[in-house]
Amino acid sequence: MRSKSWLLPDGIDELLPDQAAELESLRRHLLDMYASWGYRLVIPPFIEYLESLLTGTGKDLEHQTFQLTDQLSGRQLGIRADITPQAARIDAHQLQQQGPTRLCYIGSVLRTRPDGFSSSRSPLQIGAELYGHAGVASDAEVLCLMMETLRMAGLEQLFLDLGHVGIFRNLAAQAGLQPEQESELFEALQRKAQPEIAELVSGYGLPLRQAQMLNALADLNGGPEVLEQAREELDGASSEVMAAIDYLEELGAELAACIPDVPVHYDLAELRAYRYQTGVVFAAFVPGQGNEVARGGRYDQIGEKFGRARPATGFSADLKALMMLGKRARGELPGAVLAPASRDPDLQARVRELRASGRVVVQELPGKPADYSEAGITERLERAGQEWVLTPVQDGESS
Amino acid sequence: MALGPVFTGYRDDEVMKFSAPITIALSKGRIFKDTLPLLARAGIEPAEDADKTRKLILDTNHENVKLVLIRATDVPTYVQWGAADFGVTGKDILQEHGGEGLYEPLDLGIARCQMWVAGFPGADLTPRRLRVATKYVRAAREFFGARGQQVEIIKLYGSMELAPIVGLADIIVDLVESGNTLKANGLVPLEYMHDISSRLVVNKASWKMKHPDCSALVEHMREAVEAN
Repeated sequence: MRSKSWLLPDGIDELLPDQAAELESLRRHLLDMYASWGYRLVIPPFIEYLESLLTGTGKDLEHQTFQLTDQLSGRQLGIRADITPQAARIDAHQLQQQGPTRLCYIGSVLRTRPDGFSSSRSPLQIGAELYGHAGVASDAEVLCLMMETLRMAGLEQLFLDLGHVGIFRNLAAQAGLQPEQESELFEALQRKAQPEIAELVSGYGLPLRQAQMLNALADLNGGPEVLEQAREELDGASSEVMAAIDYLEELGAELAACIPDVPVHYDLAELRAYRYQTGVVFAAFVPGQGNEVARGGRYDQIGEKFGRARPATGFSADLKALMMLGKRARGELPGAVLAPASRDPDLQARVRELRASGRVVVQELPGKPADYSEAGITERLERAGQEWVLTPVQDGESS
Repeated sequence: MALGPVFTGYRDDEVMKFSAPITIALSKGRIFKDTLPLLARAGIEPAEDADKTRKLILDTNHENVKLVLIRATDVPTYVQWGAADFGVTGKDILQEHGGEGLYEPLDLGIARCQMWVAGFPGADLTPRRLRVATKYVRAAREFFGARGQQVEIIKLYGSMELAPIVGLADIIVDLVESGNTLKANGLVPLEYMHDISSRLVVNKASWKMKHPDCSALVEHMREAVEAN
């Protein structure tokens, strides 16, 4: 067969033993940490009916989802492109708890096209969601958990970006924009394309004040002083807009307590994943990476579409990307031990004992000498009188 | 030491200090030439003449600021992936790229031209499946798509004017500056599409992480554009 046929499709990758070991170790640490924060692991299915997969989400997610027909039911199935809506479904229909629910998950997702998040089409999505509380406290908790995740993954010089989709939504509603107008303005805002924004806004024939406010949005980004600036520039906007600004300020104050060393950048025109997010939105960046390394926000409406209104907030990241970007101190592990091919009961007992203590023991196979460096072997078991003892092996030697 | 012409038109208090390293992607030729006076406004001058060097990375009078010289069509890609913090590129190129991962806060008003539908005088544009030859596939698809007209697009990399002559396409979509190339080949501009000029683009993460430097640079360039 031609060697080309062994290649993987664009954006699909796999991990070889060294990387896989590293990723698995990180995965365990993170899931243990989430458990210690009270986030319980759920394992949603890789594939499910398309309509439940896409409930409450937008067109973007639909385009990102691989679809196929179920031969059993004749219905459309989707391979998940995002686990967040699945977790929301589980909270709304499977658990139905009254109090706050904390869930975390890890799993592969598939995307029809690579998006800005990473160039991969098969990220290993890890994330946590908090249901049943509307307010700054739950957003702050999820944000702190996200930053803790990134720190644990060994990412340095983290940077946090905060926005609030309520500001644009309410300004657009106040100006009475049509859905198409709103979405073209949204698109231009995402690019901070000020010449285009000005052109679009002037074409809507809005009262001067409304137009000024929509034009001001693209410029409202920077340090905490931006919130004060926003109160002035958006003076006259609805009370929801002012409440959103207050909300961001309060959240900033909470974050100063839990992650004081992370700089926070406010961007009132940043509407990431705006199609299902309803409140505060956030993303974390590291130097040298053009795209965010983790993101999240509040999405109070998905649960409602599932028939059970529950406030919700959460974050997610691609664990593979975190592993590649993070610098973690790797403890020097002892090398592997080679045991000779022998059925001696004393040897077998010694091997069991070593394995139970956490050492790696590989048993030699008859007729196949082990390559020490390839198998990472640093010691071998040798008989000394009645006992089997560990003897260091020389570099370059083979059995 | 700066080898280029020394710009002395700014006041001392206007001179920027860059606390973070900043890389600006430019393409050689017209964009480079027209961008220099705007950068000079922010106190940035290349240490070498771009036309006389084969270097791809130019130092400037600021230790922290570098210019990279790449093809115009590559500018959005470099900036999107954070290989450069800033870039200057035509709206035509940005439109084809899609602008993902970029901010485009400023129209620099340089390298101006227009995008037109062109063809033989009196070419029949009534809705039927027209064949359109162009380098600007997205722009053409959006333009005809917006009025619900189905067209067949033939992607070419240059000399679009030839396509209607040899029967490869009915019409072309191309940038028009003076219209002389069209005229020389017996074609005329048929329908105006939109204006093109160069934009300043910024990487999203750079904008957030190096915000004081980035926004100051944009403001200085904005002043320079408004003064032009």
